Amino acid sequence: MKQFQYVHPSTQQSVLDAINKPGTKIIAGGTNLVDLMKRGVTAPDKLVDINRLPLKGITATKTGLHIGALALNSVVSEDNLVVEKQPLLSMALKSGASPQLRNMATVGGNMMQRTRCTYFYDITMPCNKREPGSGCGALEGFNRMHAIFGASPQCIAVHPSDMCVGLAALDAVVVIAGRKGERRIPFTGFHRLAEDHPETDNHLAKDELIIGVEIPDNNFAKHSYYLKVRDRQSYAFALVSVAAALDIDNGTIRQARLAMGGVAHKPWRLFDAEKALIGKPVSEESFKQAAQIAMQGAKAYQYNAFKLKLAPASITEALKHASGLV
Amino acid sequence: MTSKNSCIEPENEGNLTDATRRDFLKQSTLLTAIALTPAPLVKAAENGWDEKIADVYEKVPVNIEVNGVKHQLSVEPRATLLDLLREQLDLTGTKKGCDYGQCGACTVHVDGHRVNSCLTLGVMVNGKKITTIEGLAKGDQLHPMQESFLKHDGFQCGYCTPGQIMSAVACIREGHANSATEIREYMSGNICRCGAYPNIISAIQEVKEGGQEV
Ligand SMILES: Cc1cc2nc3c(=O)[nH]c(=O)nc-3n(C[C@H](O)[C@H](O)[C@H](O)COP(=O)(O)OP(=O)(O)OC[C@H]3O[C@@H](n4cnc5c(N)ncnc54)[C@H](O)[C@@H]3O)c2cc1C
Ligand code: FES
Ligand code: FES
Repeated sequence: MKQFQYVHPSTQQSVLDAINKPGTKIIAGGTNLVDLMKRGVTAPDKLVDINRLPLKGITATKTGLHIGALALNSVVSEDNLVVEKQPLLSMALKSGASPQLRNMATVGGNMMQRTRCTYFYDITMPCNKREPGSGCGALEGFNRMHAIFGASPQCIAVHPSDMCVGLAALDAVVVIAGRKGERRIPFTGFHRLAEDHPETDNHLAKDELIIGVEIPDNNFAKHSYYLKVRDRQSYAFALVSVAAALDIDNGTIRQARLAMGGVAHKPWRLFDAEKALIGKPVSEESFKQAAQIAMQGAKAYQYNAFKLKLAPASITEALKHASGLV
Repeated sequence: MTSKNSCIEPENEGNLTDATRRDFLKQSTLLTAIALTPAPLVKAAENGWDEKIADVYEKVPVNIEVNGVKHQLSVEPRATLLDLLREQLDLTGTKKGCDYGQCGACTVHVDGHRVNSCLTLGVMVNGKKITTIEGLAKGDQLHPMQESFLKHDGFQCGYCTPGQIMSAVACIREGHANSATEIREYMSGNICRCGAYPNIISAIQEVKEGGQEV
């Protein structure tokens, strides 16, 4: 690993001042950044440790839950308020990484984690995300883990987070601090598609800091489910994952939220399928129809065509669990 | 990881059709490339940058308590807690399996919580209390989890064992050892290449059911 300087400021202002300089990176839990630094994928000159900032809190507000950017993935997943009000988020978090890693990983770091595409990780291979202009190794390569929605000819990598799929489904809002003050953006607008700039994963500016996420109160707690399909039963990234949340009134669906992981460059919200579920009876038939709608526009590559079948089956299965059909 | 990947030899290459040869190469280059030293590091070494850089990037003072003993250390920011324990403090019980957070062999407790020491920077545990496998026994008296691993043959080669035991103790303390299924899920961050899993689970269950203080 390249040598670097290390600072650990105690105020938000000094963090914002520090990250404004080129070659500087924030470190929170370190579980993604240290990994990438060891492999030479990224090589900052200076690390700004933000762990002294008071951003660990999980609080109920008038309109929902506020979760600080430094709250640990393990803590959030077991927090009483989260389990009671937003069980979908708890389930998504518990399905990610390992207990040890979740004890280190933070909410902000989880949102900012880079793709696990093997070509991105391997610095001897071409990768437009790591080295713009070098090409995409995965496009004609071993692309079993890769995108089926919204991919760009320049990059077919997927966002690897489970937590983010839950937050996208739950209409969360990201709270960001910059030198000019705070701003809020909807979670679904935080990450971006690769398009012509695969090197940019999201809309956070270089000199901004995530300070937390807000989840508005909802009626989904009773009917939520996070389904993660992977090569082994635990401690593996998703091939496909589905976050499903339903508001059910007497056997009829009043509202629905659906998002998928492992299928796109960002957590993939299924707005059309959600709409199609409204007013429908709770039945396998309704769920299968929604899954079909969700798959419109999907496109596979040489090794990931299995996702075209796995994804709709997973959507149906997740909805069956969420609704209590199974 | 390195040794596993560098073992892959294209011994059957003669029998491969062109298409399968391409696929084989795709996958094997991917795997073997991971084992190579990152190019920027090689370049830095060639140019003698390391020494020059060392002057600019100073070591940082770190005070930690390891297994009840206080240490005042001076560490490079890039040193992981794992390397610090093994190289500076000669506590080699904590193992380096993958060095990338994928195996759990490096599991230690920081302020009572289990973490992967290979992804923890030493400078970031300043002021904290660390417990390693060397810190579990009380003198000659083994920790109940160590006893139980011996009794149940919870290992074969033993390489993953320190990490398994540190994780197992945490698993019970966290309240995640209430059934074999729950233990399997909450021990999933510790890989055992010898496949001692059923015995590891028995060992944990016995400690849990024995109700001893862990
Ligand atoms: C073996 C392994 C398996 C894993 N499996 C899964 C899995 O199954 N599912 C899953 O979802 N994840 C998985 N992960 C990824 C893990 O969830 C992430 O590494 C973790 O969430 C990152 O959080 P961190 O706090 O450690 O981030 P860090 O490594 O500290 O930082 C990551 C990035 O975020 C930036 N950053 C951190 N905090 C902020 C902030 N507040 N504002 C702005 N930028 C910030 C940093 O600059 C850095 O670029 C796995 C990781 C490993 C190593
Ligand atoms: S050495 Fe494998 S997880 Fe740390
Ligand atoms: S005992 Fe050999 S790796 Fe677990």
